[in-house]
Amino acid sequence: MSLDLLKTKGRPLAKQGFTWKDLVRKPISKLDCDAFSRVRVILMNGIEEEAMRFSHSCARMNKEWQKDLAMLRRVEQHQHTMINWLIPADHSPLETTIAYEQVAIEVTAALAQVEPDPYIAQSFRFGLLEDFDHMYRYSALLDRLEGKDANNILQSYTDVHPGRPTIIQHRHPHDDLRTPYDKNNTSPITKLNALTLVSGEQQTHNYYMNIGPLFTDPMARLLYAEIASIEEQHVTHYESLIDPEETWMEKWLMHEANEVYNYYSCVQTEDDPRLKEIWERFLDYELGHLNHVMELFKKFERRDPAEILPETLPTPISYKSQRQFVMDTLRAEVDLRTDGPNYVDKSQESEKSKRYRDTLNSEGSPTEIITQGYIWQPGGELNSPQIRNSIYPQ
Amino acid sequence: MKEHVHIGSNRTGIQMSPLDSKRMMQVAEKTPTTPMTDFSQSEFVKIRQEYIQESDDIGSVPPPGSLKGMASTGAELLQGIRPEAFIDKLGERLAFERTGARLYESVITKCQAAGVTEILTDLMRIHQEELEHFEIVKNAIEQIGADPTAVTPCADANGVTAMGLLQVAADPRTTVTQSLQTLLMAELTDNAGWELLIEMARKANMDAMADKFEAALSAEEEHLMTITSIYKQMNFDDMERGEDKSSSRHI
Repeated sequence: MSLDLLKTKGRPLAKQGFTWKDLVRKPISKLDCDAFSRVRVILMNGIEEEAMRFSHSCARMNKEWQKDLAMLRRVEQHQHTMINWLIPADHSPLETTIAYEQVAIEVTAALAQVEPDPYIAQSFRFGLLEDFDHMYRYSALLDRLEGKDANNILQSYTDVHPGRPTIIQHRHPHDDLRTPYDKNNTSPITKLNALTLVSGEQQTHNYYMNIGPLFTDPMARLLYAEIASIEEQHVTHYESLIDPEETWMEKWLMHEANEVYNYYSCVQTEDDPRLKEIWERFLDYELGHLNHVMELFKKFERRDPAEILPETLPTPISYKSQRQFVMDTLRAEVDLRTDGPNYVDKSQESEKSKRYRDTLNSEGSPTEIITQGYIWQPGGELNSPQIRNSIYPQ
Repeated sequence: MKEHVHIGSNRTGIQMSPLDSKRMMQVAEKTPTTPMTDFSQSEFVKIRQEYIQESDDIGSVPPPGSLKGMASTGAELLQGIRPEAFIDKLGERLAFERTGARLYESVITKCQAAGVTEILTDLMRIHQEELEHFEIVKNAIEQIGADPTAVTPCADANGVTAMGLLQVAADPRTTVTQSLQTLLMAELTDNAGWELLIEMARKANMDAMADKFEAALSAEEEHLMTITSIYKQMNFDDMERGEDKSSSRHI
């Protein structure tokens, strides 16, 4: 099914309503739900979170649109709630973290393969290898703190293996800034991809900042502090790919289009009928939002939305294991670093970044400490007699 | 909520995806590290120890606010012991009984919703007795001039411990049997808690108080027996139903 963005009206804003019972539904099952259904739930929560953050920023800078923004934002708030509340509380915060990193790995890898702009695709692969490393570090923490196997969440779709080591991901802020796409000379899919990834990373950063202090264990607090810092870098990295010359209204329109595209992707790939019904409903809602903003765009920018929107949506986001792509990327690009906006070999890395991380790592790196001697195995490392005998050797 | 556990599409184990799992293990085997030979000497353990040594405590025991109370009830009797240690454990019991009552309320609600009515009388009686025990501890704390509304460090630590129990009992998806296990864990701890409190009261020369605590302990012992018996019986019922293949959702 191809969706004509410019002609499909969706549900009008006035008919988009909720009740509290409607918002707080039966959550998915941690044990029985397919991991990619959880991936979709988490990503769509991130998409809604970005919608909220953008809308607030826009409202602070544009008084004339505050009423429209407030109207749409209230609906987004309730969509955000319904989706986020689908995650059941038997996920420990650390298990949810594993799921967040699975989202980062699988979605980034999927988008990197369809991204037509080589520099943007390179940027996605660069971020991918760093999130891939976070998975390894958090999996060790989950095993060594809670005695749990990360694969109970991952369901064998995503590997637990070092990527670009987190200890060397700490860069000077200037070395996280990329060259943005040119809004007039880039394809719509590039704009959508960048927005999707900045949404996911922003959500992950916020999540780690909220849950890091919930842990009593100092090792966990340290690990979240270190990786949350990288997630901030990733938000900087992905957001700098977006052309800052886009007007507020252009950005607003692209946000709505991206929400449509993401819900459309969920509808096309979801097997769980209960979730699919939510994705279909919200696709309808988002088409309503898009049409509302298209009218504002015509009124305030005096331009045709067709100038920046694709007529039909791109191919839906692929929700499947990207194991081979990730391993190929790891082999080829693990030694890439940055120097300003450029990707360079580690021998040419910016001196500013090296000095920056030398200070941060001068009392040790939590991500290195937690994974000392850690090799993932099914059921956790305590399945190994060698490891069991090493805990308190006789 | 389902009344019993059942066989379904649990996807957490590696047997659900043997091909992917095989590839995953092949990748993991290439992890560039060697397994630890002495975990206890790892940096991970050293960091934990370093933070333990450098840490503050959770907080403090508030000083008794009622000097009149202290004078009239026998501050002299508390001489020779550290009253804050006793007040801390009294505060813990008080918080435990109060949270315990709420825990029972969650489980009672679940039983009512599930139509498991045969155990309700026992659960409601125990709930009432937990509230009475709460009152006993509250009076004891007031008797020595301390503040029963304050959160002592042990009360706080127990509050954190109880969070998991409350989460399981309040989860609409957990079965009655799964919820009953939270009561069993609470009662096991509660029994040990009262035994300790009685001995502490006697060491503090508070024999009248200890006698009241003895009565509470007797009730708690009965609670533990009752909950253990119900819990076992419901688990046995689950197994026996499992042999009945007439319903596919039961094992």
